[in-house]
Amino acid sequence: MKRVVITGAGTINALAHDVPGTYQAFREGRCGITELDIRDKDRLSIQIGGQVHNWDPEAHFNRQQIVLYDKFTQFTLLAARQAVAQSGLDFDGRLGYDAGVVLGTAGGGVNTWDDNYRAVYEEGKNRVHPFVVPKLMNNAAASHLSMEYNLKGPSYTVATACASSNHAMGQAFHMIRSGMTRAMLTGGSESMLCFGGIKAWEGLRVMSKDACRPFSATRNGMVQGEGAAVFVFEEYEMARARGAEILAEVIGFAMTSDASDIVMPSKQGAARAMAGAMLDARIAPEDVGYINAHGTGTAANDKTECAAVADVFGPHADRLLMSSTKSMHGHLIGGTGAVELLACILALKHGIIAPTIGYEEPDPECALDIVPNVARDAKVDVCLTNAFAFGGMNAVIALRKV
Amino acid sequence: MTNSVQDRVVAIIAEQAVLDVSDVRLEMSLDDLGIDSLGLVESIFAIEEAFDISVPFNANEPGKNQFDISSVVAIVRAVEGLLAQKVA
Repeated sequence: MKRVVITGAGTINALAHDVPGTYQAFREGRCGITELDIRDKDRLSIQIGGQVHNWDPEAHFNRQQIVLYDKFTQFTLLAARQAVAQSGLDFDGRLGYDAGVVLGTAGGGVNTWDDNYRAVYEEGKNRVHPFVVPKLMNNAAASHLSMEYNLKGPSYTVATACASSNHAMGQAFHMIRSGMTRAMLTGGSESMLCFGGIKAWEGLRVMSKDACRPFSATRNGMVQGEGAAVFVFEEYEMARARGAEILAEVIGFAMTSDASDIVMPSKQGAARAMAGAMLDARIAPEDVGYINAHGTGTAANDKTECAAVADVFGPHADRLLMSSTKSMHGHLIGGTGAVELLACILALKHGIIAPTIGYEEPDPECALDIVPNVARDAKVDVCLTNAFAFGGMNAVIALRKV
Repeated sequence: MTNSVQDRVVAIIAEQAVLDVSDVRLEMSLDDLGIDSLGLVESIFAIEEAFDISVPFNANEPGKNQFDISSVVAIVRAVEGLLAQKVA
């Protein structure tokens, strides 16, 4: 089995349009959740979100590209540019055949669906732009990355709601570990902050109107975000041979299904995913210093996740650190695991634990050290990152400092 | 409208619980009726559509909502309250 390392990272999210800016926001415990700036906001009961502000696609793409790129693809391409540049990899030639791209998204081109439904239903138009389908399809972002970087191996998109990115990154890890490929672009993207995208979430009655406060007794729901993060995963010997900077090693991955309820999470499903990732990584619970929580800020997730951690880690649960950065960038749905992987790299490589901000009051059902409000210095050698999706689909990745 | 608010709310709840209207008693809780969290959210949606009102309810704080869901009769009174506000 090959070892797998991360040699490049890129992102755009509500906190910043790049990785250094996102790390800075994590260190400062800054909140990127603001009043939404979208069409027909007055007809929404939810008025906040982790929106990417000052986004100017024309600064990055030409007119012909923008016609084909939904916002979720634009975010992906920008994040990938940063990641590939940092890795220093060139996929032209032989490597291109041994490289691919696996991305996560829950909704794909939601803005494109929204805009064109408006055109045909609200405005009564009988014609839409010829590129609507290639623009909105869930695999559009992965396809454009393959074209941009000459990635000619396995490429596809995973849609498992809020676990999409973790499933995607886990699959990319498997491919390199097994020798199927030598390098992969992986991560995820979501851009659901439009009228239809938010209206759909409002219906479930799980959204907060004021803030995302994971694990706090005062939490009252999730807040949607948008953006992307893309990483270069690479076979360790290749990275070492070319002297690449290694950001972290991916050491384990597990997927489980609750097989119980379409929205309510299960403690057993989450616990089996965490335990499975540790088994796959051949590490003991005591090795884990940090968990990047799923931590949505809903009543159901947070208490279930804490109970699962307590079950899996036993007494060590009181010694490890756990935080949810969704409090800062919001819940990026299918892209969230990718942006949250940055918090793991920050912990492993820089020894800084991103905080859970918005924390107001302890909840006895969430009695773990969730790094409230202020970032913390800590030496962490191994961490886990959790994603537990609607539909009961769980994906947990284990990483190690190199 | 010939049906009272109570009759219409009970009908909505009975449909959600897959029960006959005559089997829904006013003092029953949603638990008694076998209505889970998704069923509750769906019932609230049906009530909003039926009465053209907006029900303040967040599933994360079932105890803190102004909209009392502790029993069928509590829901009926809460809907009547919202309708009174709408008229006023």
